[in-house]
Amino acid sequence: MTQHRLSPQQWMILGLVAVCAPLGDTCLSRGMTHLPAITLAHPGTLIAAVFTPWIALGIALLIGFFASYLTALSWADLTFVLPATAFGNVIVALLSRFWLHEQISPQRWAGIVLITVGVGFVAHGPAVTERHAIDVVAHAAAVEEEHVG
Amino acid sequence: MSFHFHGVFTGAWSAAAMIAAIVICSTTGEVLTAAAMKSIGDLDVIRAHSGLQGAVKVVITSPLFFSGIFFLALAFFALLFALNHLSLSLVAPAAASLTLVTNAIAGKFLLHENVDHRRWASAVLVCIGVYLLAH
Repeated sequence: MTQHRLSPQQWMILGLVAVCAPLGDTCLSRGMTHLPAITLAHPGTLIAAVFTPWIALGIALLIGFFASYLTALSWADLTFVLPATAFGNVIVALLSRFWLHEQISPQRWAGIVLITVGVGFVAHGPAVTERHAIDVVAHAAAVEEEHVG
Repeated sequence: MSFHFHGVFTGAWSAAAMIAAIVICSTTGEVLTAAAMKSIGDLDVIRAHSGLQGAVKVVITSPLFFSGIFFLALAFFALLFALNHLSLSLVAPAAASLTLVTNAIAGKFLLHENVDHRRWASAVLVCIGVYLLAH
């Protein structure tokens, strides 16, 4: 199992995957809410927004997320990395509440928990079962071949 | 109400439209880049043949890949636009998780990937979650 052979450095990369995306999104949100309201009639203001400090910092963090995500995918299954990204939903909620001071209703908390469970659920099934199924089929085929041979 | 900060776009429908724009653009972008990478073939093999430069050249000269990047960029600006009007605790989980669901649907019907019952069950969980987020 991949999980048992992770080095401290690899755990750190997974930590970066979980933390960089929500932090980046929070910086984007912070930057965008401090700008005046943008309408579809002036889409150019969106491009100008990219060069404001909070948005630029958010983009840097999202690039950091993407780099650590790709690094993680090079030695771990997507099924192992996805729960780390799902946990990001919880971090986003905490940052929204305590840094951006957004009001989060109990229903919204429930929604965040359901989504996190849903993503974790998607992550923890298919590849594992699929690989197991493939192993079983391969094993059966080998046994059969042995018998025929 | 946490639907709007600036009062320009108010109400649930415009919030839904903004989130839908992010989800549609990023799904289109991801499907196009995935299709591009599949049509390009195994990058390791290409790199063994024509080096890293060759591999980079194959990717960046693929029209499919470029159109994918175009839609991913659109998705990013749609996200900025939504964050200008809506709260983060609504936009971030809703957009990210609904993209997961639409990707599963696109993977099933456009890329012909195998999507099992478990994945559909989680898609349902995610949808209920998003519904709760917005209330």
